[in-house]
Amino acid sequence: MARKSRVLGSFAEAVSDIADGSVVGFGGFAGPGTPYNLTRALLEQGAKRLTCVANTTGGAHQPRLPDIGMLVENGQVAKVVCSFTAATRPTDTLPFTKYYESGECDAELVPQGTLAERLRAAGAGIPAFYTPTAVGTELAEGRETRVIGGREYLLEYALKLDVALIRAWKADEAGNLVFRLAQRNFCPLMATAATLTIVEVEEPILPAGALDPDLIHVSGIFVQRLVRIPPAPEGLWTVRRVERAR
Amino acid sequence: MSGTESKPGWDRQGMADRIAREFGEGWIVNLGVGIPTLCSNTDIGDRGITYHAENGVIGYGPVLPPGQEDLHLVNAGGQNVSLNPGAAIVHHADSFGIIRSGRIDVTVMGAYEVACNGDFANWKVAGAKGGGIGGAMDLAACAKRVFIILEHTQRNGASRLVPRCALPVTARGVVTLACTNLGLFEPAGEGFRVRELAPGVHFAAAQAATACPLYGA
Repeated sequence: MARKSRVLGSFAEAVSDIADGSVVGFGGFAGPGTPYNLTRALLEQGAKRLTCVANTTGGAHQPRLPDIGMLVENGQVAKVVCSFTAATRPTDTLPFTKYYESGECDAELVPQGTLAERLRAAGAGIPAFYTPTAVGTELAEGRETRVIGGREYLLEYALKLDVALIRAWKADEAGNLVFRLAQRNFCPLMATAATLTIVEVEEPILPAGALDPDLIHVSGIFVQRLVRIPPAPEGLWTVRRVERAR
Repeated sequence: MSGTESKPGWDRQGMADRIAREFGEGWIVNLGVGIPTLCSNTDIGDRGITYHAENGVIGYGPVLPPGQEDLHLVNAGGQNVSLNPGAAIVHHADSFGIIRSGRIDVTVMGAYEVACNGDFANWKVAGAKGGGIGGAMDLAACAKRVFIILEHTQRNGASRLVPRCALPVTARGVVTLACTNLGLFEPAGEGFRVRELAPGVHFAAAQAATACPLYGA
């Protein structure tokens, strides 16, 4: 029996079986590592009642590329787990904010480090942990805390994903991934937290053995599907963000 | 930048410059978006500062001009920065491990309010259902020092230095130093201790603009 290849020919094929109601994590932070092509394919695929997990829903900057906010606008999202439901600067606007404020889409607001660690824990087989973050705030109201060594900590649970959509710089056919610079961010955590990890890859996908094993950021054990990003305009690539005039 | 010239004391860059001069030799520094970012423009000589960004970029340098930027490289504010010699890249969980384990010497952030008990609020505005937390709660709870830069008053003249925060707090009892356009202020229980007043600002004017007692400079 032929071994099944991780390398697929299209983003549409890669996301075709994402089911309604899935918990989907998205890598990326302020551009680098964001799976624009897979997100666009998910918009076209149309899965509904998704729970989307990411640092932010996107959309505060121009030009706008496919983001979770667009999945929300497309009626595909029941809930978002993120560290921003509104922009950092009150004068900026996230497209998602009005859907949350009006109750059309639910959200769980999680401090960024807690979000990262909840994903890391899921990928590390740890069900829960205590963190000093958010103790004494509105987020901790009614939740379990514990004093350890004289300091109060908040209980947080691992966050498992059904699917992770991420972007990498290089990959080999064994699914091993290498990121470049700020592209890494949440991507390894999303990959390890997910049952199914789908990666859009910037460079040509290499034969197994072509990447230095000492320099791999994510083992292929955590990676199920790879799609090479075609050149623009067919493929979506990170573009320079336009700073808001101040 | 319209209007800043007419305000007494420091402008935006002036506040950032004053805070940057507080940075010690070899400190690991995290700068929040907005005015804190301007601290990296300040010439404080060679103090061996390492700038840490939440997205795991450790040891970043100046923002690069258009055409010279690397689109794979941003700081936490999304600016296309450079890397200084000795820079390293880690993933988000390691980046926040650095934060929670107390290795950040100072976090500099903006805020809506700072209270004299050391509480501050910067993630949610009045009447909103949600907000923007980002890395602020992790940094505030775990950095060795929390420096806040904010305008002393709101547009309607109300003080941003307050007896108790009215907005939901980001962390409790953590603020080390607040820098406003009027000076440097340290939370001191029932009021703020004035560490320094900005050029041209008199104590009486600072007290008149503040909603709780100020203790002598």
